[in-house]
Amino acid sequence: MARNWEEYIIEKILLLAAISSVIIILLIIGFVVAQGLPAIQFTGFINFIFGMNWNPEYNLYGVFPMIVGSLGIMALALLFAVPLSILGAMFLAEVAPRAMRRILRPTIQTLAGIPSVIYGFFGLIVLVPFMRVHFGGSGFSMLTASIILTVMVLPTILTISEDALKSIPLEYKEASLALGATHWQTIKNVIFPAAIPGVITAIILGMGRAIGETMAVIMVAGNVPVIPGSILEPVRALTSNIALEMGYAVGIHYNALFATGIVLLGLIIFLLVIANYINYKRRVTIGGGYL
Amino acid sequence: MENIFEVKDLNTYFGDSHILKGVNLSVPKNEVTSVIGPSGTGKSVFLRTLNRMNDVISTFRKEGDILLDGQEIYDPKIDAVDLRKRVGMVFQKPNPFPKSIFENVAYGMRVHGDNNKKRLQEKVESSLKGAALWNEVKDKIDESAMSLSGGQQQRLCIARTIAVEPEVILMDEPCSALDPISTTKIEDLIHQLKNDFTIVIVTHNMQQATRVSKYTAFFLEGKVVEKGLTDKIFIEPEDKRTEDYITGRFG
Repeated sequence: MARNWEEYIIEKILLLAAISSVIIILLIIGFVVAQGLPAIQFTGFINFIFGMNWNPEYNLYGVFPMIVGSLGIMALALLFAVPLSILGAMFLAEVAPRAMRRILRPTIQTLAGIPSVIYGFFGLIVLVPFMRVHFGGSGFSMLTASIILTVMVLPTILTISEDALKSIPLEYKEASLALGATHWQTIKNVIFPAAIPGVITAIILGMGRAIGETMAVIMVAGNVPVIPGSILEPVRALTSNIALEMGYAVGIHYNALFATGIVLLGLIIFLLVIANYINYKRRVTIGGGYL
Repeated sequence: MENIFEVKDLNTYFGDSHILKGVNLSVPKNEVTSVIGPSGTGKSVFLRTLNRMNDVISTFRKEGDILLDGQEIYDPKIDAVDLRKRVGMVFQKPNPFPKSIFENVAYGMRVHGDNNKKRLQEKVESSLKGAALWNEVKDKIDESAMSLSGGQQQRLCIARTIAVEPEVILMDEPCSALDPISTTKIEDLIHQLKNDFTIVIVTHNMQQATRVSKYTAFFLEGKVVEKGLTDKIFIEPEDKRTEDYITGRFG
């Protein structure tokens, strides 16, 4: 009897732990939505999302330039980081001698542990002047921000992709080699395709980090709330918009910053759904198995 | 009788551990040769040495000669990739790629640079027929190979191997993960395959060795204790240890 009680209590404690994190998330989302809705009602949903002007002084709240900024920085960063990470993961998982792997892997993981303000500071002191000299303009730009973000998401995508590549059974590799395929053909045609679901997970996580990053982006992106004419012009991200103005926002301006948060949340959920759908679709079409 | 493989004084090592100790063995062309013996006596290592699959392991080292048609296969001039085109392998556990049935068989041709659709289709069909699998899969050739049963998967792996047109097929306990009916099908297949290929098969199943092979080599602790005609070894073995093993007294 006593044992049954123990089981019962432990099960309930586990349930509580699982539920509490969900409740906390729901409470936060609820709060953000409640605080943000007045601003969306004030400007109108369409005007808020697609409005081109963000000017709190005149009560103009259009976040479209920031949506473009966030997506642009993220897309550019992924464009650099994904190929680099995947090739790096292939090298670590398949080519690197054990000793080299033992040094490289922790080094790359350390990159993930560096606080974002350090990246931002480095970007501000080194990268912004570099860009100014070599590409013109102020140096604060979408491109500069995406380069910093590339370095920041690289370890995430690389290490998770490497794990995915490493988890592919040795039998596939042996089967391919035994058919007279070269090592590279084996990586390209067998190991990598089988690891794609894991690689997509890695990209999703990298994407989440890229779109949510605030500090480093603020320090190098220039933060002008206007759609940039080129990748060399300054942009403002949704996250930056909140962080830059929260210190002095009151009234509807304060609500508009929470509304920006709603847009950011919506964007992340949208991207997650798309990425998961791609993953799901791949598995369904091939039927059974992994790929 | 012509020998396709001549193995002379073969010693292999993984780091410090000495696995094969002075193996001498000839593999006759277009015949089936069984390699039998207790677990851990280096049978699989021997097989994997013949197509240089052990090269993947960095601590692997070998001494002695392995001649394929008179040429040393570990000669620096020989490319392991080219060698494996000539010496194919079927593994213990069926290991089709997580791709369609068609792509599994076409894989070898594709990696060797042939992407001609018509040729691929012909080759896939003839290879699947050669592996006695065509009738079972012809209507679902584009479905995942993972949807096949274990026995079908193993025949698919054989089809995939013969599509590359090797001279020798190495089989590492190809039936140990299969049910008796699937095993019978694979054994029938081996009988047909020996017309076109030389087969070396590692097996733990004595009956299987007597059913499929003309020649047998008995391995014990990294050495070949006895070799010769299968019938002779199983009916009147010369060595006491061979007799003990095949009558089931150890191993």
